[in-house]
Amino acid sequence: MRNIWTIAKREYDNYFNSPLAYVVAFSIFLPIGIYFSLIMFVSSQQAMQGGPAPASAPINWLFVFLMIFLSPALTMRLVSDEARMGTLELLLTAPIRDFELVAGKWLGAFLFVFSLIAVTLVFPIIINNYVSPGIDWMVVISSYIGVILICGALLALGTGISAIFTNQFAAFFVTLGLFFFLWFMVSLPASYLPQGGDVLNYLSLSTHFSQSMNNGTINLGDIVYYLSLIALGLFAGTTAVEIRRWR
Amino acid sequence: MIKVSGLTNDYGARRAIQNLSFDAQQGEIVGFIGPNGAGKTTTMRILTGYMPPTDGEAIVAGYDVVEESLEVRKRVGYLPETVPLYTDMVVFDYLKFMGELRKIPNVDSRVDEVLDMVGLFERANGYIGNLSKGMRQRVGLAQALLHRPEVLILDEPTIGLDPGQVVEVRELIREIGKERTVLLSTHILNEAQNICDRVLIINKGRIVAEDTTENLQARLIGAERVIIRVRGEADELAKTVKLVKGVQGVETREDGSVEFEFASGKDLRPEVAKQVINSGYELIELRPLGMSLEEIFLELTGSDTEKK
Repeated sequence: MRNIWTIAKREYDNYFNSPLAYVVAFSIFLPIGIYFSLIMFVSSQQAMQGGPAPASAPINWLFVFLMIFLSPALTMRLVSDEARMGTLELLLTAPIRDFELVAGKWLGAFLFVFSLIAVTLVFPIIINNYVSPGIDWMVVISSYIGVILICGALLALGTGISAIFTNQFAAFFVTLGLFFFLWFMVSLPASYLPQGGDVLNYLSLSTHFSQSMNNGTINLGDIVYYLSLIALGLFAGTTAVEIRRWR
Repeated sequence: MIKVSGLTNDYGARRAIQNLSFDAQQGEIVGFIGPNGAGKTTTMRILTGYMPPTDGEAIVAGYDVVEESLEVRKRVGYLPETVPLYTDMVVFDYLKFMGELRKIPNVDSRVDEVLDMVGLFERANGYIGNLSKGMRQRVGLAQALLHRPEVLILDEPTIGLDPGQVVEVRELIREIGKERTVLLSTHILNEAQNICDRVLIINKGRIVAEDTTENLQARLIGAERVIIRVRGEADELAKTVKLVKGVQGVETREDGSVEFEFASGKDLRPEVAKQVINSGYELIELRPLGMSLEEIFLELTGSDTEKK
Protein backbone atom coordinates (compact mmCIF):
# COMPACT_ATOMS: atom_id res chain seq x y z
CA MET A 1 0.00 0.00 0.00
CA ARG A 2 2.85 2.35 0.80
CA ASN A 3 4.24 1.81 -2.68
CA ILE A 4 0.93 2.81 -4.24
CA TRP A 5 1.02 6.00 -2.22
CA THR A 6 4.67 6.75 -3.14
CA ILE A 7 3.90 6.40 -6.84
CA ALA A 8 0.65 8.33 -6.58
CA LYS A 9 2.38 11.20 -4.80
CA ARG A 10 5.03 11.54 -7.50
CA GLU A 11 2.41 11.38 -10.22
CA TYR A 12 0.27 13.99 -8.46
CA ASP A 13 3.21 16.39 -8.10
CA ASN A 14 4.10 15.71 -11.70
CA TYR A 15 0.75 17.08 -12.90
CA PHE A 16 1.56 20.45 -11.41
CA ASN A 17 4.81 20.53 -13.40
CA SER A 18 3.05 19.68 -16.63
CA PRO A 19 1.49 22.31 -18.89
CA LEU A 20 -0.99 19.72 -20.12
CA ALA A 21 -2.61 19.46 -16.70
CA TYR A 22 -3.11 23.21 -16.59
CA VAL A 23 -4.59 23.15 -20.06
CA VAL A 24 -7.03 20.47 -18.92
CA ALA A 25 -7.94 22.44 -15.79
CA PHE A 26 -8.46 25.57 -17.88
CA SER A 27 -10.57 23.69 -20.43
CA ILE A 28 -12.82 22.52 -17.63
CA PHE A 29 -13.14 25.65 -15.53
CA LEU A 30 -13.67 28.12 -18.36
CA PRO A 31 -16.81 26.48 -19.81
CA ILE A 32 -18.08 25.62 -16.34
CA GLY A 33 -17.59 29.18 -15.15
CA ILE A 34 -19.47 30.55 -18.16
CA TYR A 35 -22.20 27.97 -17.75
CA PHE A 36 -22.55 28.82 -14.06
CA SER A 37 -22.88 32.54 -14.82
CA LEU A 38 -25.58 31.75 -17.37
CA ILE A 39 -27.49 29.58 -14.94
CA MET A 40 -27.40 32.30 -12.31
CA PHE A 41 -28.42 34.95 -14.81
CA VAL A 42 -31.33 33.00 -16.26
CA SER A 43 -32.55 31.95 -12.80
CA SER A 44 -32.48 35.50 -11.52
CA GLN A 45 -34.51 36.63 -14.54
CA GLN A 46 -37.05 33.86 -14.10
CA ALA A 47 -37.24 34.23 -10.34
CA MET A 48 -39.56 37.18 -10.91
CA GLN A 49 -42.00 34.84 -12.64
CA GLY A 50 -41.58 32.06 -10.06
CA GLY A 51 -39.16 29.94 -12.12
CA PRO A 52 -37.05 27.12 -10.62
CA ALA A 53 -34.16 27.89 -8.29
CA PRO A 54 -30.63 27.37 -9.68
CA ALA A 55 -29.12 23.96 -8.94
CA SER A 56 -25.59 22.62 -9.07
CA ALA A 57 -26.51 19.35 -10.82
CA PRO A 58 -26.10 20.78 -14.36
CA ILE A 59 -22.63 22.01 -13.44
CA ASN A 60 -21.58 18.56 -12.24
CA TRP A 61 -23.05 17.07 -15.38
CA LEU A 62 -20.96 19.44 -17.49
CA PHE A 63 -17.85 18.57 -15.46
CA VAL A 64 -18.34 14.87 -16.17
CA PHE A 65 -19.17 15.55 -19.82
CA LEU A 66 -15.93 17.51 -20.24
CA MET A 67 -13.98 14.77 -18.48
CA ILE A 68 -15.08 12.31 -21.17
CA PHE A 69 -12.99 14.34 -23.61
CA LEU A 70 -10.24 15.64 -21.33
CA SER A 71 -9.43 12.77 -18.98
CA PRO A 72 -7.73 10.74 -21.76
CA ALA A 73 -5.17 13.56 -21.91
CA LEU A 74 -4.50 13.11 -18.20
CA THR A 75 -4.02 9.36 -18.36
CA MET A 76 -2.44 8.86 -21.78
CA ARG A 77 1.17 9.16 -20.68
CA LEU A 78 0.89 7.51 -17.26
CA VAL A 79 2.47 4.18 -18.22
CA SER A 80 3.08 4.55 -21.97
CA ASP A 81 5.55 7.39 -21.57
CA GLU A 82 7.51 5.47 -18.91
CA ALA A 83 7.80 2.63 -21.40
CA ARG A 84 8.91 4.98 -24.17
CA MET A 85 11.51 6.77 -22.02
CA GLY A 86 12.72 3.50 -20.52
CA THR A 87 12.05 4.62 -16.95
CA LEU A 88 9.65 1.70 -16.66
CA GLU A 89 12.73 -0.54 -16.49
CA LEU A 90 13.75 0.97 -13.16
CA LEU A 91 10.23 0.76 -11.75
CA LEU A 92 9.89 -2.86 -12.83
CA THR A 93 13.18 -3.74 -11.15
CA ALA A 94 12.21 -1.95 -7.94
CA PRO A 95 10.58 -4.11 -5.28
CA ILE A 96 7.01 -3.18 -6.13
CA ARG A 97 4.23 -5.30 -7.56
CA ASP A 98 2.90 -4.54 -11.01
CA PHE A 99 -0.52 -3.89 -9.52
CA GLU A 100 0.93 -1.34 -7.09
CA LEU A 101 2.53 0.48 -9.99
CA VAL A 102 -0.70 0.68 -11.99
CA ALA A 103 -2.85 1.49 -8.96
CA GLY A 104 -0.40 4.20 -7.90
CA LYS A 105 -0.51 5.79 -11.32
CA TRP A 106 -4.30 5.74 -11.26
CA LEU A 107 -4.46 7.15 -7.76
CA GLY A 108 -2.14 10.01 -8.72
CA ALA A 109 -4.38 10.96 -11.63
CA PHE A 110 -7.46 10.52 -9.48
CA LEU A 111 -6.11 12.82 -6.77
CA PHE A 112 -5.41 15.47 -9.37
CA VAL A 113 -8.97 15.27 -10.71
CA PHE A 114 -10.22 15.17 -7.13
CA SER A 115 -8.51 18.54 -6.62
CA LEU A 116 -10.36 19.89 -9.65
CA ILE A 117 -13.64 18.49 -8.32
CA ALA A 118 -12.98 20.16 -4.97
CA VAL A 119 -12.68 23.53 -6.70
CA THR A 120 -16.17 23.15 -8.17
CA LEU A 121 -17.58 23.07 -4.64
CA VAL A 122 -17.61 26.87 -4.78
CA PHE A 123 -20.63 26.70 -7.11
CA PRO A 124 -23.10 25.01 -4.72
CA ILE A 125 -21.79 27.23 -1.93
CA ILE A 126 -22.53 30.35 -3.98
CA ILE A 127 -25.94 29.07 -5.00
CA ASN A 128 -26.72 28.27 -1.37
CA ASN A 129 -26.15 31.90 -0.48
CA TYR A 130 -28.61 33.13 -3.11
CA VAL A 131 -31.39 30.64 -2.62
CA SER A 132 -33.79 30.67 0.29
CA PRO A 133 -34.00 28.47 2.38
CA GLY A 134 -30.73 27.08 0.96
CA ILE A 135 -30.11 24.09 -1.31
CA ASP A 136 -30.65 20.41 -0.59
CA TRP A 137 -27.15 19.35 0.42
CA MET A 138 -28.04 15.65 0.25
CA VAL A 139 -28.63 15.99 -3.48
CA VAL A 140 -25.32 17.82 -3.82
CA ILE A 141 -23.49 15.09 -1.91
CA SER A 142 -25.10 12.37 -4.01
CA SER A 143 -24.12 14.23 -7.16
CA TYR A 144 -20.55 14.60 -6.00
CA ILE A 145 -20.31 10.91 -5.10
CA GLY A 146 -21.40 10.25 -8.67
CA VAL A 147 -18.79 12.64 -10.10
CA ILE A 148 -16.04 11.06 -8.02
CA LEU A 149 -17.03 7.52 -9.00
CA ILE A 150 -17.37 8.22 -12.70
CA CYS A 151 -14.06 10.10 -12.79
CA GLY A 152 -12.40 7.23 -10.94
CA ALA A 153 -13.77 4.83 -13.54
CA LEU A 154 -12.68 6.98 -16.50
CA LEU A 155 -9.19 7.38 -15.11
CA ALA A 156 -8.84 3.66 -14.33
CA LEU A 157 -9.81 2.72 -17.88
CA GLY A 158 -7.43 5.37 -19.21
CA THR A 159 -4.58 4.08 -17.03
CA GLY A 160 -5.24 0.54 -18.22
CA ILE A 161 -5.16 1.60 -21.87
CA SER A 162 -2.00 3.65 -21.28
CA ALA A 163 -0.27 0.50 -20.03
CA ILE A 164 -1.05 -1.27 -23.28
CA PHE A 165 0.58 1.34 -25.52
CA THR A 166 4.09 2.76 -25.79
CA ASN A 167 2.88 5.74 -27.80
CA GLN A 168 0.90 8.15 -25.65
CA PHE A 169 -1.15 9.48 -28.56
CA ALA A 170 -2.28 5.98 -29.45
CA ALA A 171 -3.37 5.62 -25.83
CA PHE A 172 -5.16 8.98 -26.00
CA PHE A 173 -7.24 8.15 -29.07
CA VAL A 174 -8.14 4.64 -27.98
CA THR A 175 -9.22 5.95 -24.59
CA LEU A 176 -11.21 8.77 -26.14
CA GLY A 177 -12.87 6.35 -28.54
CA LEU A 178 -13.84 4.01 -25.72
CA PHE A 179 -15.34 6.83 -23.62
CA PHE A 180 -17.19 8.21 -26.61
CA PHE A 181 -18.64 4.78 -27.25
CA LEU A 182 -19.60 4.16 -23.63
CA TRP A 183 -21.12 7.60 -23.17
CA PHE A 184 -23.00 8.21 -26.44
CA MET A 185 -23.23 5.07 -28.49
CA VAL A 186 -23.72 2.00 -26.38
CA SER A 187 -27.30 2.75 -25.40
CA LEU A 188 -28.37 4.13 -28.79
CA PRO A 189 -29.72 0.87 -30.22
CA ALA A 190 -31.43 0.01 -26.91
CA SER A 191 -34.79 1.53 -27.86
CA TYR A 192 -34.89 -0.33 -31.19
CA LEU A 193 -34.14 -3.74 -29.77
CA PRO A 194 -36.99 -6.03 -28.70
CA GLN A 195 -34.78 -7.59 -26.03
CA GLY A 196 -31.47 -6.86 -24.37
CA GLY A 197 -31.97 -3.11 -24.30
CA ASP A 198 -31.58 -3.13 -20.52
CA VAL A 199 -28.12 -4.63 -20.81
CA LEU A 200 -27.01 -1.91 -23.21
CA ASN A 201 -28.48 0.76 -20.98
CA TYR A 202 -26.67 -0.75 -18.02
CA LEU A 203 -23.36 -0.55 -19.89
CA SER A 204 -23.79 3.13 -20.66
CA LEU A 205 -21.63 5.51 -18.64
CA SER A 206 -24.16 8.30 -18.71
CA THR A 207 -27.32 6.53 -17.48
CA HIS A 208 -25.69 5.67 -14.16
CA PHE A 209 -24.87 9.28 -13.57
CA SER A 210 -27.24 11.64 -15.35
CA GLN A 211 -30.42 9.82 -14.47
CA SER A 212 -29.66 8.78 -10.92
CA MET A 213 -26.81 10.01 -8.76
CA ASN A 214 -26.78 13.48 -10.21
CA ASN A 215 -30.43 13.85 -9.21
CA GLY A 216 -29.94 12.57 -5.69
CA THR A 217 -30.72 8.86 -6.10
CA ILE A 218 -27.98 6.51 -5.02
CA ASN A 219 -28.41 2.96 -6.29
CA LEU A 220 -26.20 0.09 -5.30
CA GLY A 221 -26.21 -0.94 -8.97
CA ASP A 222 -24.67 2.36 -10.04
CA ILE A 223 -21.95 2.15 -7.44
CA VAL A 224 -21.20 -1.46 -8.40
CA TYR A 225 -21.04 -0.41 -12.06
CA TYR A 226 -18.41 2.26 -11.48
CA LEU A 227 -16.40 0.17 -9.02
CA SER A 228 -16.37 -2.68 -11.57
CA LEU A 229 -15.00 -0.32 -14.22
CA ILE A 230 -12.26 0.81 -11.82
CA ALA A 231 -11.36 -2.82 -11.11
CA LEU A 232 -11.44 -3.64 -14.82
CA GLY A 233 -9.16 -0.74 -15.73
CA LEU A 234 -6.62 -1.56 -13.04
CA PHE A 235 -6.71 -5.25 -13.88
CA ALA A 236 -6.19 -4.55 -17.59
CA GLY A 237 -3.29 -2.23 -16.74
CA THR A 238 -1.63 -4.78 -14.46
CA THR A 239 -1.98 -7.50 -17.07
CA ALA A 240 -0.53 -5.21 -19.75
CA VAL A 241 2.51 -4.47 -17.57
CA GLU A 242 3.00 -8.19 -16.91
CA ILE A 243 2.82 -8.89 -20.63
CA ARG A 244 5.50 -6.21 -21.21
CA ARG A 245 7.87 -8.25 -19.05
CA TRP A 246 7.43 -11.31 -21.23
CA ARG A 247 7.95 -9.52 -24.49
CA MET B 1 25.56 -14.60 -4.62
CA ILE B 2 24.69 -15.03 -8.27
CA LYS B 3 24.18 -18.51 -9.63
CA VAL B 4 22.97 -18.96 -13.16
CA SER B 5 22.40 -22.31 -14.80
CA GLY B 6 21.14 -23.11 -18.26
CA LEU B 7 19.67 -19.65 -18.78
CA THR B 8 17.99 -19.27 -22.16
CA ASN B 9 15.90 -16.44 -23.52
CA ASP B 10 14.05 -15.99 -26.78
CA TYR B 11 12.69 -12.78 -28.27
CA GLY B 12 10.10 -14.25 -30.55
CA ALA B 13 12.03 -16.46 -32.92
CA ARG B 14 15.41 -14.92 -32.08
CA ARG B 15 17.40 -16.62 -29.35
CA ALA B 16 19.12 -13.88 -27.35
CA ILE B 17 20.95 -16.06 -24.87
CA GLN B 18 21.50 -19.76 -24.91
CA ASN B 19 22.24 -22.09 -22.05
CA LEU B 20 24.19 -19.54 -20.03
CA SER B 21 25.79 -20.80 -16.81
CA PHE B 22 28.06 -18.91 -14.45
CA ASP B 23 28.30 -17.76 -10.87
CA ALA B 24 29.68 -14.87 -8.86
CA GLN B 25 30.71 -14.89 -5.22
CA GLN B 26 30.35 -12.23 -2.57
CA GLY B 27 33.16 -9.67 -2.78
CA GLU B 28 33.79 -10.46 -6.41
CA ILE B 29 33.61 -8.12 -9.38
CA VAL B 30 32.69 -9.98 -12.52
CA GLY B 31 32.96 -8.36 -15.91
CA PHE B 32 30.60 -9.21 -18.70
CA ILE B 33 32.23 -8.53 -22.04
CA GLY B 34 30.75 -8.87 -25.46
CA PRO B 35 29.82 -7.01 -28.62
CA ASN B 36 26.46 -5.32 -29.12
CA GLY B 37 23.63 -7.82 -29.26
CA ALA B 38 25.63 -10.54 -27.55
CA GLY B 39 23.01 -10.93 -24.81
CA LYS B 40 24.61 -8.95 -21.98
CA THR B 41 21.65 -6.67 -21.36
CA THR B 42 19.19 -9.55 -21.69
CA THR B 43 21.06 -11.53 -19.04
CA MET B 44 21.20 -8.53 -16.73
CA ARG B 45 17.49 -7.85 -17.15
CA ILE B 46 16.72 -11.41 -16.16
CA LEU B 47 18.97 -11.20 -13.11
CA THR B 48 17.31 -7.96 -11.96
CA GLY B 49 13.83 -9.45 -12.17
CA TYR B 50 12.81 -7.19 -15.06
CA MET B 51 11.81 -10.11 -17.22
CA PRO B 52 11.60 -13.87 -16.80
CA PRO B 53 13.86 -16.21 -18.79
CA THR B 54 12.41 -18.62 -21.35
CA ASP B 55 14.28 -21.45 -19.72
CA GLY B 56 16.87 -22.11 -17.05
CA GLU B 57 17.33 -20.88 -13.53
CA ALA B 58 18.96 -17.91 -11.85
CA ILE B 59 19.49 -17.46 -8.12
CA VAL B 60 20.43 -13.98 -6.97
CA ALA B 61 21.21 -13.23 -3.31
CA GLY B 62 19.69 -16.59 -2.41
CA TYR B 63 16.37 -16.10 -4.20
CA ASP B 64 15.00 -17.35 -7.48
CA VAL B 65 14.52 -14.51 -9.96
CA VAL B 66 11.19 -15.88 -11.18
CA GLU B 67 9.63 -17.38 -8.05
CA GLU B 68 10.83 -14.76 -5.57
CA SER B 69 11.28 -11.80 -7.86
CA LEU B 70 10.36 -9.18 -5.22
CA GLU B 71 12.96 -10.54 -2.78
CA VAL B 72 15.59 -10.45 -5.51
CA ARG B 73 14.66 -6.90 -6.49
CA LYS B 74 14.99 -5.74 -2.87
CA ARG B 75 18.60 -6.92 -2.84
CA VAL B 76 19.77 -5.85 -6.28
CA GLY B 77 20.92 -2.43 -7.42
CA TYR B 78 20.61 -1.94 -11.16
CA LEU B 79 21.99 0.64 -13.54
CA PRO B 80 20.46 0.09 -16.99
CA GLU B 81 22.47 0.89 -20.07
CA THR B 82 20.49 3.94 -21.21
CA VAL B 83 20.13 5.32 -17.63
CA PRO B 84 16.44 6.16 -17.90
CA LEU B 85 15.58 9.04 -15.57
CA TYR B 86 12.70 11.46 -15.12
CA THR B 87 14.16 14.55 -16.76
CA ASP B 88 11.50 16.81 -15.25
CA MET B 89 12.45 15.89 -11.69
CA VAL B 90 14.98 17.41 -9.33
CA VAL B 91 17.92 15.09 -8.56
CA PHE B 92 17.20 14.95 -4.84
CA ASP B 93 13.46 14.37 -5.29
CA TYR B 94 14.11 11.60 -7.79
CA LEU B 95 16.48 9.74 -5.48
CA LYS B 96 14.11 10.26 -2.59
CA PHE B 97 11.30 8.77 -4.68
CA MET B 98 13.39 5.69 -5.53
CA GLY B 99 14.45 5.46 -1.87
CA GLU B 100 10.84 5.54 -0.72
CA LEU B 101 9.94 2.76 -3.15
CA ARG B 102 12.74 0.77 -1.54
CA LYS B 103 11.51 1.75 1.93
CA ILE B 104 14.86 3.09 3.09
CA PRO B 105 14.74 4.48 6.65
CA ASN B 106 15.94 8.13 7.00
CA VAL B 107 15.80 8.43 3.28
CA ASP B 108 16.84 12.12 3.20
CA SER B 109 20.17 11.59 4.88
CA ARG B 110 20.85 8.46 2.85
CA VAL B 111 20.22 10.38 -0.37
CA ASP B 112 22.71 13.05 0.76
CA GLU B 113 25.21 10.32 1.57
CA VAL B 114 24.89 8.67 -1.85
CA LEU B 115 24.99 12.01 -3.67
CA ASP B 116 28.25 12.68 -1.88
CA MET B 117 29.59 9.26 -2.93
CA VAL B 118 28.97 9.92 -6.61
CA GLY B 119 30.08 13.55 -6.38
CA LEU B 120 26.76 15.19 -7.19
CA PHE B 121 26.09 16.90 -3.88
CA GLU B 122 26.21 20.39 -5.43
CA ARG B 123 23.69 19.44 -8.11
CA ALA B 124 21.15 17.94 -5.70
CA ASN B 125 18.63 20.72 -6.39
CA GLY B 126 19.09 20.83 -10.14
CA TYR B 127 16.74 19.29 -12.67
CA ILE B 128 17.90 15.97 -14.10
CA GLY B 129 17.11 17.28 -17.58
CA ASN B 130 19.79 19.95 -17.18
CA LEU B 131 22.54 17.50 -16.26
CA SER B 132 25.24 16.32 -18.63
CA LYS B 133 25.30 12.70 -19.74
CA GLY B 134 28.08 11.89 -17.30
CA MET B 135 26.16 13.41 -14.43
CA ARG B 136 23.01 11.51 -15.35
CA GLN B 137 25.09 8.37 -15.37
CA ARG B 138 26.09 9.17 -11.82
CA VAL B 139 22.48 9.82 -10.80
CA GLY B 140 21.72 6.35 -12.15
CA LEU B 141 24.59 4.93 -10.16
CA ALA B 142 23.38 6.74 -7.02
CA GLN B 143 19.95 5.21 -7.54
CA ALA B 144 21.52 1.74 -7.75
CA LEU B 145 23.52 2.26 -4.56
CA LEU B 146 20.77 3.83 -2.43
CA HIS B 147 19.58 0.70 -0.64
CA ARG B 148 23.04 -0.79 -0.06
CA PRO B 149 22.30 -3.73 -2.35
CA GLU B 150 23.98 -7.09 -1.85
CA VAL B 151 24.30 -7.43 -5.61
CA LEU B 152 25.06 -4.58 -7.98
CA ILE B 153 24.33 -5.01 -11.66
CA LEU B 154 25.75 -2.28 -13.86
CA ASP B 155 25.20 -2.14 -17.60
CA GLU B 156 28.08 -0.12 -19.12
CA PRO B 157 28.66 1.99 -16.00
CA THR B 158 31.40 4.26 -17.35
CA ILE B 159 30.01 4.97 -20.80
CA GLY B 160 29.75 8.70 -21.49
CA LEU B 161 31.91 9.76 -18.56
CA ASP B 162 34.95 11.95 -18.95
CA PRO B 163 38.32 10.37 -18.10
CA GLY B 164 38.44 11.88 -14.61
CA GLN B 165 34.99 10.60 -13.80
CA VAL B 166 35.79 7.18 -15.24
CA VAL B 167 38.63 6.85 -12.75
CA GLU B 168 36.35 7.95 -9.90
CA VAL B 169 33.54 5.60 -10.83
CA ARG B 170 35.94 2.68 -11.23
CA GLU B 171 37.38 3.48 -7.82
CA LEU B 172 33.86 3.53 -6.38
CA ILE B 173 32.97 0.19 -7.97
CA ARG B 174 36.17 -1.38 -6.72
CA GLU B 175 35.37 -0.12 -3.23
CA ILE B 176 31.84 -1.54 -3.36
CA GLY B 177 33.11 -4.79 -4.83
CA LYS B 178 35.14 -5.51 -1.71
CA GLU B 179 32.05 -6.51 0.25
CA ARG B 180 29.33 -6.96 -2.34
CA THR B 181 28.92 -8.75 -5.59
CA VAL B 182 29.24 -6.65 -8.70
CA LEU B 183 28.34 -7.76 -12.20
CA LEU B 184 29.19 -5.17 -14.81
CA SER B 185 29.17 -5.16 -18.55
CA THR B 186 31.66 -3.28 -20.63
CA HIS B 187 33.29 -3.39 -24.00
CA ILE B 188 36.50 -1.78 -22.80
CA LEU B 189 39.00 -4.48 -21.99
CA ASN B 190 41.15 -2.04 -20.11
CA GLU B 191 38.24 -1.38 -17.80
CA ALA B 192 37.61 -5.06 -17.19
CA GLN B 193 41.30 -5.55 -16.56
CA ASN B 194 41.33 -2.67 -14.13
CA ILE B 195 38.42 -3.52 -11.90
CA CYS B 196 37.21 -7.04 -12.53
CA ASP B 197 38.39 -10.11 -10.69
CA ARG B 198 37.01 -12.29 -13.41
CA VAL B 199 35.73 -11.83 -16.93
CA LEU B 200 33.03 -13.61 -18.89
CA ILE B 201 33.22 -13.18 -22.61
CA ILE B 202 29.87 -13.58 -24.26
CA ASN B 203 29.17 -13.78 -27.95
CA LYS B 204 25.93 -14.60 -29.77
CA GLY B 205 24.28 -15.54 -26.49
CA ARG B 206 26.92 -17.98 -25.34
CA ILE B 207 29.83 -17.70 -22.96
CA VAL B 208 32.92 -18.22 -25.09
CA ALA B 209 35.54 -17.69 -22.38
CA GLU B 210 35.67 -17.25 -18.62
CA ASP B 211 38.83 -16.38 -16.72
CA THR B 212 40.84 -13.58 -15.19
CA THR B 213 41.79 -10.95 -17.74
CA GLU B 214 45.52 -11.75 -17.44
CA ASN B 215 44.97 -15.46 -18.01
CA LEU B 216 42.68 -14.75 -20.88
CA GLN B 217 45.17 -12.61 -22.69
CA ALA B 218 47.99 -15.02 -22.03
CA ARG B 219 45.95 -18.01 -23.08
CA LEU B 220 44.74 -16.39 -26.23
CA ILE B 221 47.95 -14.99 -27.56
CA GLY B 222 50.53 -17.08 -25.71
CA ALA B 223 52.94 -14.22 -26.29
CA GLU B 224 53.34 -10.55 -25.47
CA ARG B 225 53.67 -8.11 -28.27
CA VAL B 226 55.78 -4.99 -27.93
CA ILE B 227 56.25 -1.96 -30.11
CA ILE B 228 59.60 -0.18 -30.40
CA ARG B 229 60.49 3.09 -32.08
CA VAL B 230 63.86 4.79 -32.62
CA ARG B 231 65.23 7.69 -34.58
CA GLY B 232 66.26 6.17 -37.88
CA GLU B 233 65.35 3.43 -40.33
CA ALA B 234 62.85 0.79 -39.28
CA ASP B 235 64.29 -1.90 -41.53
CA GLU B 236 67.71 -1.59 -39.94
CA LEU B 237 66.11 -1.61 -36.50
CA ALA B 238 64.20 -4.79 -37.28
CA LYS B 239 67.43 -6.59 -38.05
CA THR B 240 68.91 -5.44 -34.74
CA VAL B 241 65.86 -6.54 -32.78
CA LYS B 242 65.97 -9.96 -34.40
CA LEU B 243 69.42 -10.50 -32.93
CA VAL B 244 67.98 -10.81 -29.42
CA LYS B 245 67.40 -14.43 -28.48
CA GLY B 246 63.74 -15.39 -27.98
CA VAL B 247 62.29 -12.57 -30.06
CA GLN B 248 59.78 -13.65 -32.67
CA GLY B 249 57.44 -12.21 -35.22
CA VAL B 250 59.39 -9.07 -35.98
CA GLU B 251 57.52 -6.74 -38.30
CA THR B 252 58.10 -3.19 -39.45
CA ARG B 253 55.08 -0.94 -39.31
CA GLU B 254 54.02 1.80 -41.68
CA ASP B 255 54.70 4.52 -39.14
CA GLY B 256 58.36 3.56 -38.94
CA SER B 257 58.22 1.57 -35.76
CA VAL B 258 58.88 -2.12 -35.25
CA GLU B 259 56.69 -4.69 -33.62
CA PHE B 260 57.92 -7.93 -32.08
CA GLU B 261 56.75 -10.53 -29.58
CA PHE B 262 58.09 -13.00 -27.05
CA ALA B 263 56.59 -15.82 -25.01
CA SER B 264 54.46 -14.41 -22.19
CA GLY B 265 56.01 -14.45 -18.72
CA LYS B 266 59.49 -14.00 -20.20
CA ASP B 267 59.92 -10.27 -20.49
CA LEU B 268 62.62 -9.55 -23.10
CA ARG B 269 62.16 -5.76 -23.14
CA PRO B 270 65.35 -4.97 -21.17
CA GLU B 271 67.44 -7.17 -23.47
CA VAL B 272 65.94 -5.60 -26.59
CA ALA B 273 66.48 -2.09 -25.22
CA LYS B 274 70.11 -2.89 -24.37
CA GLN B 275 70.73 -4.33 -27.82
CA VAL B 276 69.14 -1.35 -29.57
CA ILE B 277 71.05 1.25 -27.56
CA ASN B 278 74.34 -0.63 -27.89
CA SER B 279 73.83 -0.59 -31.65
CA GLY B 280 73.85 3.20 -31.49
CA TYR B 281 70.15 3.95 -31.93
CA GLU B 282 68.31 6.67 -30.00
CA LEU B 283 65.42 4.83 -28.34
CA ILE B 284 62.20 6.89 -28.33
CA GLU B 285 59.50 4.42 -27.43
CA LEU B 286 59.16 0.91 -26.08
CA ARG B 287 55.70 -0.15 -25.03
CA PRO B 288 53.65 -3.32 -24.75
CA LEU B 289 50.90 -3.68 -27.29
CA GLY B 290 48.00 -5.01 -25.20
CA MET B 291 45.54 -7.13 -27.04
CA SER B 292 42.32 -5.22 -27.55
CA LEU B 293 38.95 -6.74 -26.92
CA GLU B 294 38.32 -6.64 -30.62
CA GLU B 295 41.37 -8.76 -31.22
CA ILE B 296 40.42 -11.19 -28.49
CA PHE B 297 37.05 -11.41 -30.12
CA LEU B 298 38.40 -12.03 -33.53
CA GLU B 299 40.54 -14.71 -31.94
CA LEU B 300 37.63 -16.33 -30.13
CA THR B 301 35.01 -16.05 -32.82
CA GLY B 302 37.57 -16.80 -35.51
CA SER B 303 38.43 -20.16 -33.95
CA ASP B 304 34.70 -20.68 -33.60
CA THR B 305 34.12 -20.40 -37.32
CA GLU B 306 37.08 -22.64 -38.07
CA LYS B 307 35.47 -25.46 -36.16
CA LYS B 308 32.37 -25.12 -38.27
